[in-house]
Amino acid sequence: MIIATELIYLLAAVLFILGLQFLSSPRSARHGNWIASAGMVLAVAWTVVVLRGSFTAAGIIICVVGFVIGAIVGVVSARRVKMTAMPQMVAIFNGAGGGAAALVGVSALLNLSGQHPEFQTGFPEVLAVIIGGISFAGSVIAFLKLQELITGAPITFPGQHLVNGLLALVILALAVVLLALNSSIVVITVLLALVLVLGVTFVLPIGGADMPVVISMLNACTGLAVAASGFALNNFALIVAGTLVGASGTVLTRKMSDAMGRSLINVLFGAFGQVQVSAEGGTSAAGHTVRSGSAEDIGTLLAYSRSVIIVPGYGLAVAQGQHALRELADLLERRGVEVKYAIHPVAGRMPGHMNVLLAEANVPYEQLKEMDEINDEFKQTDVALVVGANDVVNPAARNSPGSDIYGMPILNADQARNVVILKRSMRPGFAGIDNELFYDHRTILLFGDAKESLTKLVAAVKVA
Amino acid sequence: MSEQTVVLFTYFVLTAFIGFEVISNVPTILHTPLMSGSNAIHGIILVGALLIAANAQTSLQIVLGLLAVFMATVNVVGGFVVTDRMLEMFKAKQPGGEKGKEQ
Repeated sequence: MIIATELIYLLAAVLFILGLQFLSSPRSARHGNWIASAGMVLAVAWTVVVLRGSFTAAGIIICVVGFVIGAIVGVVSARRVKMTAMPQMVAIFNGAGGGAAALVGVSALLNLSGQHPEFQTGFPEVLAVIIGGISFAGSVIAFLKLQELITGAPITFPGQHLVNGLLALVILALAVVLLALNSSIVVITVLLALVLVLGVTFVLPIGGADMPVVISMLNACTGLAVAASGFALNNFALIVAGTLVGASGTVLTRKMSDAMGRSLINVLFGAFGQVQVSAEGGTSAAGHTVRSGSAEDIGTLLAYSRSVIIVPGYGLAVAQGQHALRELADLLERRGVEVKYAIHPVAGRMPGHMNVLLAEANVPYEQLKEMDEINDEFKQTDVALVVGANDVVNPAARNSPGSDIYGMPILNADQARNVVILKRSMRPGFAGIDNELFYDHRTILLFGDAKESLTKLVAAVKVA
Repeated sequence: MSEQTVVLFTYFVLTAFIGFEVISNVPTILHTPLMSGSNAIHGIILVGALLIAANAQTSLQIVLGLLAVFMATVNVVGGFVVTDRMLEMFKAKQPGGEKGKEQ
């Protein structure tokens, strides 16, 4: 039985690795997800088989009830969530996993309440509680921020780093007490409570625009918490699957902060986006005027240009305008206009988020260009059509060293011969920074909901 | 450290290398589905939750076990379903007659 269990867990581990590998290519990605879920079914089903004799009466009830309710909640929310709300959905699923890992750690510690646990199981149990608890609380805050239930702006108070640092020290001290002296329920409860507080205060000061990086990091954390509980429970499957996620999640987090041109440390501790207005009076856009045009003017401009590069952003997603955008692009193509899409790595709110949204509207995969691929083409392009994007085309990232986003790679929309910006209002973008591109003499703005503006443009191009 | 722990630690280290390696060539467009897919994989904590919940006797153990199984199931089931929904949209539509594939 033990050998069978090891072999089945090994098979599950192989399926997870293959699944991740298949997920790395657009063609096989869906199969990758199926392969990984097959591994999961295998591992879970076999665990139930192994446990079948040892369930207590209460145990079997809570396993069945917990599973059934969890499955219903999981399927319903995953099916119902709008594509635009995907990042916070992933955050909350991740939080659930982290919370489960923390509870597994707590339960294991409680089982030997009173005495101090053996180090080689006690240490990973405490780690699972700490990392899983931070991941849970942090994910909940990330969810609340992205869902805009609390402000996306960084929430800071004086001495924040000091408080967080002290909190971390107290947690470490408690962990030592727990491992070396006793693991009474009081100590465990206080530890769990402090860990949850740290998760909250850790994510609160991070701005909404940086949430994807945070979610990715918390995802990796949950993986590590799961691996830690694997050590505690002596379970190969937990260790391998948790470590895989921990390692790949770390790589992904690095890639994401690189895409924003910032170090991870800066993302986590920089309270980015807190300063709303640039301090330099000279380059500040305040007082400058913008040029707004009618849909008819802009429709004509688009219809008679030779090449158009579309820069989609989160505003497009919020307005559910991707289908209208596709219609406009089709119309232009039929008139012989060359249409491409420039996708910034962090367009939307997660890397690749925009690709998912445009794929939903059947935009051909071949027209989606990544930043490095298309940035040199803007110079020879007649119109850059910016739809609901802001920070990713802000020249301040290139030109003004004082700006918060200085150094972030941007799309060179400002180098196109004309720039058309569809925008809801003059509010600054998610990062909270003004954009001088709006005040450029080659720029025309069309205010309004992205979907409505696009529909108007479609009508205007038809009659042009 | 017991021999058993050393063996487990070996798995841990080797798997970490696989984890670094296996996704290093992922194109940007798949980052979101990949994050979501790997998010579902750490739902394996359901196995741990079941191991803990199976032996529950005291009311505290019952509450903790129930919560752990519930949360782990949400993670794993929701994670895979939502990933599949994202990837559904990447289905190949080359036959649609798009001319030049970029290189």
